[in-house]
Amino acid sequence: MGHHPPVEDWATDFDHTDGVWAHDPFAIWDELRRTCPVAHSDRYGGVWLPTRHDDVAAIAYDTDNFTSRSIIVTEYRPPDLSPRGGVPPISSDPPFHQGARRVLLPPFAPQAIARLEPSTRAYCEELVDALRGRDIVDAAEEYAQHIPVRVIARMLGFPEEDAEVFRGFVDHVIEGVSLPIEQRVEGMGELFAYLRAQIDDHLENPRDDLTTYLLGAEMDGRPLEVGHVGGTIGLLLLAGIDTTWSAIGASLWHLAANPDDRVRLVAEPELLATAMEELLRAYAPVTMARLVKHDIDWNGCPMKADDWVLLPFPAANRDPEAFEKADQVVIDREVNRHSAFGLGIHRCVGSHLARMELRVALEVWLQAFPVFTLADPDAVAWAGGQVRGPRRLPVRIG
Amino acid sequence: MRIHIDQSRCEGHGRCYTLAPDLIEADELGNGREIGDGSVPPGLETAARHAFDNCPEHAVVLDEDR
Repeated sequence: MGHHPPVEDWATDFDHTDGVWAHDPFAIWDELRRTCPVAHSDRYGGVWLPTRHDDVAAIAYDTDNFTSRSIIVTEYRPPDLSPRGGVPPISSDPPFHQGARRVLLPPFAPQAIARLEPSTRAYCEELVDALRGRDIVDAAEEYAQHIPVRVIARMLGFPEEDAEVFRGFVDHVIEGVSLPIEQRVEGMGELFAYLRAQIDDHLENPRDDLTTYLLGAEMDGRPLEVGHVGGTIGLLLLAGIDTTWSAIGASLWHLAANPDDRVRLVAEPELLATAMEELLRAYAPVTMARLVKHDIDWNGCPMKADDWVLLPFPAANRDPEAFEKADQVVIDREVNRHSAFGLGIHRCVGSHLARMELRVALEVWLQAFPVFTLADPDAVAWAGGQVRGPRRLPVRIG
Repeated sequence: MRIHIDQSRCEGHGRCYTLAPDLIEADELGNGREIGDGSVPPGLETAARHAFDNCPEHAVVLDEDR
């Protein structure tokens, strides 16, 4: 991100947007877990970083002492929009959270997601068909990133040709956390103006899609407020894009870099369901965040009201206390209680969608390109911050 | 053997009904619930244990003695 001085000491001055973290966070987390399992940094106005599975889980479950009213660490504290938060239900706390989440669960339940599989597969096939015959392609830019954008646009009933616009919002809101507040506010304004126009269009022309569903949805017997619907749609639009793109990209990166695993998956396609969970464990893209609600001594850590707490689920997934051979990718791992989609009441509402996209994306890719390797390992570029995944991934398919 | 989903812990990750579809089904919210009384017929014990071993919330309860 380039706006911050480089990190000298990860235990006392860490920065999750540092390039070292983006490139290889695992060594940082392993070291911290052994020497300083809840690290603190004065950056971002004060932020804590637990790296043990049990600590990450305990904070995820503790909605009394930690609030979700903002879940992306930035230089400033967000306005208090409780109980709803700006983007419900991820930004909501109990008891409001339960009703706001209840509305979203049916359209994201596995039965509903299964209906999206044929169109997702057709789109993945279109993408690989366009790559056939080339020597080197970018599996992140030319494949992984397109899939979730198209799928969520179709679900929401937004123009598919606006994909580039959505990616701009993702860059700004999720990856642009170090931007000055004026620029962030401007970016949010553009996002909400775009959503407002889409909502107005759906109010005038209701149709069979998720936006129309939300505009007609009720919570506690009353229609959702327009601000609530706008926030939820903003969440759905943004949260599913670079996360899923990262999971697909990281999985393809692993298979390009580890031919034994790739060869085995091609030979035993029935192993994909298990292997995919292991790739989600090992390369979980998403780190969440909480704000401390009030001053508290948390297991000896003097946490202050409005301190940030990062919840690095990917670090929890690498804790040797919670997983055998935690640092190894074991594609037939049978015991795998990973938390790539979070833990507790904020379990990723789109997890069934993400899993479907990841499975279909890998199936289609492996069928089209059973042999592929990293074209230039040094050219692979990873985004860090709270959503980690490869943004440039040149692979040789020819 | 008997399998049961502790609804106070289930958050709808769906690992159980993916790994043991003959024993657990998804409700309309995506949470898991046991099919019938949760009795595990012979031959499905491994599927039941997979469901148990992969629930991030420890919501799958296995009773080996019933």
